[in-house]
Amino acid sequence: MNTHFKSYYPYASPFDPCQPVTEKTYSTPPHLYMSFQPPNLPQFSPLEALKAGTLWKDFYDPWYNSFEKAKRGGEI
Amino acid sequence: MWVYEKKLQYPVRVSTCNPTLAKYLIEQYGGADGELAAALRYLNQRYTIPDKVIGLLTDIGTEEFAHLEMIATMVYKLTKDATPEQMKAAGLGAHYADHDNALYYHNAAGIPFTATYITAKGDPIADLYEDIAAEEKARATYQWLINLSDDPDINDSLRFLREREIIHSLRFREAVGILKDEKGKKKIF
Repeated sequence: MNTHFKSYYPYASPFDPCQPVTEKTYSTPPHLYMSFQPPNLPQFSPLEALKAGTLWKDFYDPWYNSFEKAKRGGEI
Repeated sequence: MWVYEKKLQYPVRVSTCNPTLAKYLIEQYGGADGELAAALRYLNQRYTIPDKVIGLLTDIGTEEFAHLEMIATMVYKLTKDATPEQMKAAGLGAHYADHDNALYYHNAAGIPFTATYITAKGDPIADLYEDIAAEEKARATYQWLINLSDDPDINDSLRFLREREIIHSLRFREAVGILKDEKGKKKIF
């Protein structure tokens, strides 16, 4: 299973004016790992699919901002 | 020819009157990687692309107009009854001077939409790779918009739109796969 986020750790100078962000993350959505959709993938129900924005469970990768993540108890 | 369905692709609800958020969202309306640019790019490219993927460009280009309509609805609702003072406080004073509370095709920095945002190279692979890049850029824009927004209802709709960008990108990658496919051909490498 691929992760939907990757991170890297850029150099932070002791003279950086802003509080350094030591870990930077970026999005790597599932479609990057499946360039051609195979047949018979698991599907959402029609109502779930509308909510998710896709019929295919394997391509669902929602984005939440930090406030929403905190509200959801840290889970993405 | 198109058939118009008089409803949005996904519901748009707005929690608070927040013209500042509208100022940011307009990026996806008239910005370089916005829905208008996407729709015009795909619907224009389909005339000079192999038959097998014309339908895909028509479908996605059409859906981008449905997204444009959702963004328009968000911006409209966020600024609908905003007073000139509220517009000014939200950094939309210059917009108000020219447009009142009307929507206009410009980006978050107020730069008007231009056709130079899109290209049509005529080479199918070059065009499809541009489309993939456009979808990824639009996905990223939605991420930054969700990060900027504190409106849970708007974020719900933005998340839907971001997921659609992921699916569109996948479909364009598949289109490249179809065009470069060697299957069924007697070819030995």
